[in-house]
Amino acid sequence: MNRGVRMVLFAASGVMLFGILLWGLRGLPPLGHYHGPYGDVLNSVAVYERHATDVVSAVNFDYRGFDTLGEEFILFISVIGCTLLLRRQKGEGQGEGGSKDEDESSDRRAPSPSDATKVITIGLVGPLIVFGLYIVSHGQLTPGGGFQGGVILATAPLLVYLGGDFKTFQKIISHTLVELAEAGGALAYVAIGFAGYVIGQAFLKNVVPLGETGNITSSGTIILISLATGLEVAGGFVLLLHAFLEQTLETLGGQK
Amino acid sequence: MPLAPLPVAIPFAVAGILAASNKFMPRRLADTLAVLCAVANLVFCVLLMAAARSQLLVYWFGGWTPRAGVALGISFAIGPFGAGLAAFTSLLVLAAMVFSLHYFDAIGTLFHVLMMVFLGAMCGFSLTGDLFNLFVFFELMSAAAFALCGYKIEETAPLQGALNFAITNTIAAFAALLGIAMLYARTGALNMAQIGRALDSRPDALVLTAFALILCGFFVKGAVLPFHFWLADAHAVAPTPVCVLFSGVMVELGLYAVARIYWGIMDHPFGADRAAVTGLLLAVGTATAVVGAIMCFGQRHIKRLLAFSTVSHMGLMVIGFALLRIDALAGAALYVVGHGLVKASLFIGSGILLHRLRSVDELELKGRARQCVGTGAMWVLAGLGLAGLPPFATFLGEAAIDDTATKAGHAWVAWVFFFSAVLTAGAVFRVGGRVFLGWGHGEEGETGGAKKIEEGPETKGPRHDIPAAMYGPAAVLALLALAVGIIPGVRQAAQAGATRFADYAGYQARVLDNAVVPLSPPPVEHVFPASSMARSIGAAAAAFLLAWFALSPYWPRKKSWASPVKRLAYNVRRVHSGHIGDYVAFLTFGLALFGIVLSVLVRLGY
Amino acid sequence: MSFLPYFVAAWLFLAGLYGIITSRNFVHLIICLAVLQSSTYVLLLSIGYKWGGVPPVFAGAAVGTPAVDPVVQALMLTDIVVEATVVALLLSLAVQLHKHTRTLNPDDLEALEG
Repeated sequence: MNRGVRMVLFAASGVMLFGILLWGLRGLPPLGHYHGPYGDVLNSVAVYERHATDVVSAVNFDYRGFDTLGEEFILFISVIGCTLLLRRQKGEGQGEGGSKDEDESSDRRAPSPSDATKVITIGLVGPLIVFGLYIVSHGQLTPGGGFQGGVILATAPLLVYLGGDFKTFQKIISHTLVELAEAGGALAYVAIGFAGYVIGQAFLKNVVPLGETGNITSSGTIILISLATGLEVAGGFVLLLHAFLEQTLETLGGQK
Repeated sequence: MPLAPLPVAIPFAVAGILAASNKFMPRRLADTLAVLCAVANLVFCVLLMAAARSQLLVYWFGGWTPRAGVALGISFAIGPFGAGLAAFTSLLVLAAMVFSLHYFDAIGTLFHVLMMVFLGAMCGFSLTGDLFNLFVFFELMSAAAFALCGYKIEETAPLQGALNFAITNTIAAFAALLGIAMLYARTGALNMAQIGRALDSRPDALVLTAFALILCGFFVKGAVLPFHFWLADAHAVAPTPVCVLFSGVMVELGLYAVARIYWGIMDHPFGADRAAVTGLLLAVGTATAVVGAIMCFGQRHIKRLLAFSTVSHMGLMVIGFALLRIDALAGAALYVVGHGLVKASLFIGSGILLHRLRSVDELELKGRARQCVGTGAMWVLAGLGLAGLPPFATFLGEAAIDDTATKAGHAWVAWVFFFSAVLTAGAVFRVGGRVFLGWGHGEEGETGGAKKIEEGPETKGPRHDIPAAMYGPAAVLALLALAVGIIPGVRQAAQAGATRFADYAGYQARVLDNAVVPLSPPPVEHVFPASSMARSIGAAAAAFLLAWFALSPYWPRKKSWASPVKRLAYNVRRVHSGHIGDYVAFLTFGLALFGIVLSVLVRLGY
Repeated sequence: MSFLPYFVAAWLFLAGLYGIITSRNFVHLIICLAVLQSSTYVLLLSIGYKWGGVPPVFAGAAVGTPAVDPVVQALMLTDIVVEATVVALLLSLAVQLHKHTRTLNPDDLEALEG
């Protein structure tokens, strides 16, 4: 099909699809008047049953923890997939040689960061790591948890890259260690699932003492899974950043 | 201890171990671990299948059993079909892993990690009883599949194919998610049994739209017209062991999800409108079967040819489901197994050709595989299975579906099967005749002028012989397809599985109230009508004739009486442009079409 | 007003589709896919919303205070992860495609016709 035919087909079917979607969506309860049993039941029992004050985390890591296992593996497998797809091919050098193309050579090299950028980014690294750890470890109490905190943690090396260069970025992260963290986080989630299973309980059963509500050690496996997820997410995102930055480096021809 | 979580948990654990030790694990150890994991999964799933025969197995993760009919957690609800599909998945993964023992060196063990997660995700998808969990596993198996599909980054075609595959399937997933969210808004539940119980007796606008969105979402995975475009692109470019899984089971899982959702949630709401669902699905199933078969015969790239044959056979399976009857459902299940086995065998055959002769182009390979007698024999055997020749499992399925359709007043369905069998098996025999026997002229006109697609090598090292690890799985799978059709009691088992699968009220009672539900499958008739036997044999013979004719000098090459037919085939093929914009435009069209047709049929009380 | 978020959800879905169909650049196309996906965010969150409901975090509020639905928020978190990862996978495919063909325009690709 050429562009015109394609647009006609889309215009006709798009209008119909929009109409049928609106027709169906009219059947939803009006905004703000939702009365489903599932969420209400969880809101009323989760704090007592799981000693976690953030019900969203309790849902994610306990009641619907099996979904989150799948979710964590989506992240895990995508990182593996990206590593596979962005692997070095024959003829692509280690930064020198390789695919230096005429149209994209050194004149597109990024300028070196200013002193102000350096000071701010490097200064932010420490606080960001602390903040990330705080978010990961308080997921059962306040909004946050492994996914949110893990992403914050992964931005710390990115700041190093912004304030310095790729070489420094590579220096501060040990690739092997990050890979290990990524796989370890995923493995830890499965292991926590098996913890209940091997003592004759259900898979992913919360078998750790629940502690005192409002305390950082409360909520049993919820906080443990949150930590495992934080490790996995932070590791995964650093690996993704690394893989993509490596590609950038290659197309920029040499160094940043 | 209950086995239910193991088919998911064990592959995930193995994937984690393989990824953690990526840098220092020897290749052979990784191979061994992956093969052992597939074997263990197969054993667990077979045991689950045996256990599920007497009663639906319900497993609540985290121990969250429902309270007063409200499901708090996620459940697996395992019937014979779900467990059987998971077992079948494990079997094909096992075959694929054995085949890839001689495969190109992946970087470290990443290929194994992807395959293990793919395995776990497909098993979870088959076993789950939770609608959102179904979406999660859908995305998980998709993510693994996208990466596996684009594996050969050295070439352009795999990247384009993987992009087309990933974009269409991701849009589909979000369409399905919109539908799931709408059902959640209506019922406040994500457990399928609970949603079903909460829905009113007649579908209103919201339920109709939600069902249409979910249906389309999973039909994209199932490669049903007009959502089928991605399939050929993805199959043509994916590595051979991955194709085995794509065609053998992943595509079928899309249809399985639709059937699961229909009988888990929608059977009661649509109870008075079954004719509408049947009508719509019969139409799209037939269209898929016909277009797939035409496209299949017009290919010269062997893997793409097999891919279109999968499209065609998916259409036949949709027909089996569309009748919404237990006998036809049992037939469809047998057909899924039979087709998956022979198709996997054929894909491995193409992988052997690629390994041995460094090409999968039919014209290029003309006569070059004369010495591969074993592979050729296996190719023809699998082709016969594809044609639905008795006593292959495909025949059992086809006959059961035909029989039910005839009783329901759709006698023409048998001829759709006939048409699809003749063209797809005819194409396979044509390839066989040309490649293994050197028949034909090797002119472009013989396949209809399809373009050549480059295919890079997948193996390294010596290729003067075919390792047993390559030949073995292909032969075993093809023979299994034959064996499944011969073993007595297979049809009864399928019938019992279908009865359990389609037991709407029993499913809810078992999942939500932990009730014991007796099972009384309708008896199977032991002998098929002679007409269906004759038709199947006739189809295989006609396929042979067609292949011979296509390779003979009489095949119309230039302008001739066949020009209108050729022009039609050419125009059908031109629609498959490889352009993502076209694919998504058709996807939009399909979404609108399904929504409107379903609503209109139901509202008019068809 | 009470229908507006649902309208926005449907609109975003269509807008995303339009962007994908007309796109001349795979990176742009992938971002359009993210736009399409945001329709599911809007829909999920507006479904679970309750007038006057507090967030489902009972650190400050007492249990029993009317709160919005926690389940849709958990689902959305999953949804976000799915989006981030799929986008990463698609972008890596696009990067490799560009290395081969020096183009990201779907109109210029001809490897898979027919």
